[in-house]
Amino acid sequence: MSSITTLKYTLQLADNVLIMGQRLAAWCGKGPVLEQDIALTNISLDQIGQARSLYQYAALIINNMPAADKAHLFNAPLLQEKINNQHTITEDDLAYLRDAWDFRNCLLVEQENGDWAYTVARSFFFDRFQYLLYAALQKSMDSTLAAIAEKSLKEVQYHIKWASEWVIRLGDGTAISKEKMQQALQARWEYTGELFAMNAIEQAAMQANIGVDVSSLQQAYQQQIEAIVNEASLQMPTAAWMQTGGKNGVHTEHLGYMLAEMQYLQRAYPNMEW
Amino acid sequence: MTQVSFEASFQKKIDEEIMIEPQDYMPDEYRKTLIRQISQHAHSEIVGMLPEANWITRAPSLRRKAVLLAKVQDEGGHGLYLYSAAETLGITRDQMLHQLHTGAAKYSSIFNYPTITWADMGAIGWLVDGAAIMNQVPLCRTSYGPYARAMVRVCKEESFHQRQGYEIMLSLAKGTPVQKQMAQDALNRWWAPALMMFGPLDAVSPNTAKSMEWRIKRFTNDELRQRFIDVTVEQIRILGLELPDANIKWNEERGHYDSSELNWDEFWNVVKGNGPCNKERLATRVKAWEDGAWVREAASAYAEKRKTKKAA
Amino acid sequence: MSNENKEWPLWEVFIRSKAGLDHKHAGSLHAADAQMAIESARDVYTRRMEGISIWVVESKHIHASNPEEAAAFFDPAQDKIYRHPTFYNLPDELKHM
Repeated sequence: MSSITTLKYTLQLADNVLIMGQRLAAWCGKGPVLEQDIALTNISLDQIGQARSLYQYAALIINNMPAADKAHLFNAPLLQEKINNQHTITEDDLAYLRDAWDFRNCLLVEQENGDWAYTVARSFFFDRFQYLLYAALQKSMDSTLAAIAEKSLKEVQYHIKWASEWVIRLGDGTAISKEKMQQALQARWEYTGELFAMNAIEQAAMQANIGVDVSSLQQAYQQQIEAIVNEASLQMPTAAWMQTGGKNGVHTEHLGYMLAEMQYLQRAYPNMEW
Repeated sequence: MTQVSFEASFQKKIDEEIMIEPQDYMPDEYRKTLIRQISQHAHSEIVGMLPEANWITRAPSLRRKAVLLAKVQDEGGHGLYLYSAAETLGITRDQMLHQLHTGAAKYSSIFNYPTITWADMGAIGWLVDGAAIMNQVPLCRTSYGPYARAMVRVCKEESFHQRQGYEIMLSLAKGTPVQKQMAQDALNRWWAPALMMFGPLDAVSPNTAKSMEWRIKRFTNDELRQRFIDVTVEQIRILGLELPDANIKWNEERGHYDSSELNWDEFWNVVKGNGPCNKERLATRVKAWEDGAWVREAASAYAEKRKTKKAA
Repeated sequence: MSNENKEWPLWEVFIRSKAGLDHKHAGSLHAADAQMAIESARDVYTRRMEGISIWVVESKHIHASNPEEAAAFFDPAQDKIYRHPTFYNLPDELKHM
């Protein structure tokens, strides 16, 4: 079993939570009510924490890899140069020096915050997937991934509660909130298909018994989502076509802008300690 | 009991350091002063989230991003504790927010300055939170119970805020030449505004005397400002940065550092609304509130429906 | 101002920490209903993992004793000093009491 598989799989998991945490962090100071500002930033902190654990693990794997295996890992000159010059790679190198085509997060997490309904919809769809994913990942033969999954699962249980309750509150609140929530669910649904479409990395990870067969999670996901949508007295959204590509490095236009903002300091002042 | 004896026993409590609680008798002026002071303190925390929240998505490392997010979140929490304390005096949070949004209430002017480099995150945590701590610690023993208890909670959480700011400055000051320059630049820009956080000179502060009698204020503006300068000059030396004011000099006779007169023109103008970011800060808060109206209404409507369902 | 009368009610929060024996008043917050109040309490008042049990009560349902009557209400207990453990003079060798 190659450590490249573990590395790439870990990076994919990390990218999802980093991008999601980054999106939620942008709400700080701007929520509809102070208490919810604090709730959202709690979720963001959890996700950034998960990202850090995963990137740290990925960095460890890289640092322990033989030079030949890591000679062409990334399309990122600064990062690849560090790797080739035997520098110790850190979580920040991975988060700050890769360009969009090296990121493997799903398209869902890079979608814009929009208004409260759009943010709730994105969390509702993503966190429910994370819940099923981490529950399964606890059984990974890779003990680090299993441990991260177990710890993260506790956090995600709270996240799905938060998101589901808001879907219900908005769906069964006022006529305006019902319309907005329905619209948001409809707009973001087309990004959920990708979550369950296994890419090559996930296939390899599954074969190696370290990764989850996400396609097997889809039925439970559908049922659980539907249950909440019904309780919210909303309609299940439909999609004529599911958008994909993020998991293979083909992103929407959003990610480029996100990374430009996130990474600018490290790019403008390379090789410095912060 | 006559009005005079109500007031006498009220002042007696204060003099004996017995806390005044929400249902106790209190003079109207005391209540009004407290509402103004506590609510403006709360507004400062909320508006104060914005200059730093600015940099969360651009923090240069994951650790810095997480710590900054936690700090700004804390500030939201502090605002919340303070709004809650003010509500015990007979004003609602919505009324206080309305005062903020219409400009009827003020917030600390320091937050009307822009955060234009990463080093500003260090300067703010170190200087701005540092000045706030100096104001806040004495308030832990202020006369009004809910306010004092809120301040105890705030002070406990505040200690990591200043440390994280100073740590950022340390990283930069001990880093590459351009990072050191970034730190110096931030110190130079935030120094005077931080000193202005202690308010106008004692000589032109009319409310101070009464506030001190009521133990709403424990030390004068100038006392606190001097204490801050004395403490911070040492911290600047440890960083190895240059003093931001050429006139800072130890005065053996006074036992304190002398420093330049502050630009009071600038101070009053920023208070009046002419600071670099006054309009933006308020506009951001007003927008967040207005954009969120449908969300708050939906939650209320949902709660109402549940109540009716239960009763049925 | 649009929703003066739709303001979310105020709730008082009481928390019992892991090592604690009783719920202590932590502060207050606004929430639309009890469920949200408990979750917000967890977000706001247990960010440093201080809580293990959270109680929330709408502020309007709290009834407090009248401070004016404090003398009549509480002073009699002051006279009954035999209720205080330090009242009793016990030999030093006596342990565990």
